Amino acid sequence: MATNGFKNYSIKFSWLSQTWARLKNDKMGLLGFVLVITVVLVAIFAHFLAPYDPNMINISHRLQAPSLVHLLGTDHLGRDTLSRVIVGSRIALKVAMISISLAMSGGLILGLLAGYGPAWLDRIMILIFDTVRSFPTVMFALALVTMLGPSLNTIIIVVVITSIPMYGRIVRAQTLSLKNKEFIWAERSTGAGMVRILAVHMLPNVIGPLLIIASMDVPVVVTIEAGLSFLGVGVRPPAPSWGSILNDGYAYIRNTTWIAIAGGVPLILTTVGFTFLGESLRDIFDPKLQKDI
Amino acid sequence: MVSYLIKRIGLGAVIVVIAVSMLYGMIHMVPGDPLSVMLGPRATPEMKQELNIRLGLDKPFVVQLFRYFTSAMKGDLGSDVISRRAVTTIVFEQLPYTFTLILTGIGWAVLLGVPLGCYSAINRNSVFDKIAGIFSVGTIAIPSFVVAVYSLLIFSVTLGWLPAIGAGDDGDFISQFTHILMPALAIGLGWVGYLARLVRASMLEVLGENHIRTMRAFGLSDRLVIFKYALRLAILPTIALLGVGIGFLLSASVFTEIVFARPGIGKLIFESVIQRNYPVVMGCVLITTVIFVISTTLSDILTVILDPRIRENL
Repeated sequence: MATNGFKNYSIKFSWLSQTWARLKNDKMGLLGFVLVITVVLVAIFAHFLAPYDPNMINISHRLQAPSLVHLLGTDHLGRDTLSRVIVGSRIALKVAMISISLAMSGGLILGLLAGYGPAWLDRIMILIFDTVRSFPTVMFALALVTMLGPSLNTIIIVVVITSIPMYGRIVRAQTLSLKNKEFIWAERSTGAGMVRILAVHMLPNVIGPLLIIASMDVPVVVTIEAGLSFLGVGVRPPAPSWGSILNDGYAYIRNTTWIAIAGGVPLILTTVGFTFLGESLRDIFDPKLQKDI
Repeated sequence: MVSYLIKRIGLGAVIVVIAVSMLYGMIHMVPGDPLSVMLGPRATPEMKQELNIRLGLDKPFVVQLFRYFTSAMKGDLGSDVISRRAVTTIVFEQLPYTFTLILTGIGWAVLLGVPLGCYSAINRNSVFDKIAGIFSVGTIAIPSFVVAVYSLLIFSVTLGWLPAIGAGDDGDFISQFTHILMPALAIGLGWVGYLARLVRASMLEVLGENHIRTMRAFGLSDRLVIFKYALRLAILPTIALLGVGIGFLLSASVFTEIVFARPGIGKLIFESVIQRNYPVVMGCVLITTVIFVISTTLSDILTVILDPRIRENL
């Protein structure tokens, strides 16, 4: 047993080292990896790294230019912009993690059912997926905000509803290609039920591509959250979303340029980082996946 | 071919019907009642009663949905809660502004993105190709509203070259042109990257095909092979993508129209959300969804008409 356990670890280790070796040779992927790790570390240690309370108002220090006291200056309420940007990374990644996990789970279940179930179910699912994809995302998000009110939960609901069809379609395509493979037929001939086949045999085979797509979906979700917060219908104030910081910068753009720059740059670095890394991982693991998206 | 056309248009119509039903159904699934949302916390029971009857919300759901469909078919999407003007009139007043913006955005993206992708494919693995690759992925990743705010910051606030807000004076082409430059840059930049990547990939695929090799073997010049024969096929996926692109650009137009205070459907829907002007929000979502479905249907049909390989297999 101990030897088997050791073998498993060594296989995992060599898999990781192989991935790392290939990632190291891809400059774009490596840059993406560095950016992603930086953003994740900043988000984890945000409260240690932020020099001030991000919501602490100090009107006498409002709209200050960068200085040694406030490295990225202050906003219209005298709040430290750097602290708000640092803590803002937590909101961006929190929304991305929760909503992508939910959308992936939903897409996984619906995609497996569509791909493995009867043809009529498949047709209905595809029709529903195509219908949801036919809503322009921001318009649909604004309609939901009117009904549910602006909040972090509304953003998550928007992302989940609009992302499920993409995950569902990927899982469906993978399931359809696996459905008639010999090992599935063999399993069926031994009397295995649908739930067992889907959970034990299909799931491990479709989860890999799904995780790559999920990593590529992070910038999309971060953009939706920041976009809705930029419009003032996302994360509620005083929570420091990058979108709301950019909106503050936009509102005071003629007084100071620093808030707009500080709100936009982390957003660009995060979306570019995740895009570069996601593309690189896709090319390493599954170059054919691009056609399924 | 004819049966494909009927099927594809039929599918588009079914998607629109389901989309409208979903939107309408969502109103009824929302916790609380939409009237309280629309009228706000100070609504009296009399106000609610009056609006309830005016919007026909006192009828059963199926009846309401049927009425909504029959009215929508006649072009009636209800009336603005505040001004009481017809929603269709309000939306169609704003649509030309958004269309102009979208067409300008996608226009410059095509003019730059297609040659960029072509040139990258022809000079595969060159320094230019690598730089263009990084540029493409980078522009795809940058959110359009960040581009909008930063271009405002650079070209208007800092350099003072371009006007910051509005759509320009009516009838003054120069004024309208200078007012659309930054918004078009903001919504089109990501598409330059998309198109460059797509054209590069499909061009590489086409250049490896047998008929292109045969043409080269017959001694046809590279220029003739690439621009007359290869590009014709390589451009097809772009046409399919442009249909989907209209939906993304409609979304991007919301941010752009707000940042540059331009009139348009994006600004209209945003202001309606703030005012809780429910019928206008629904009308905007419905009309933009229909536009999106029509554009994807048209691009699918156009791809089939233009691509002999798909046409023959139908």
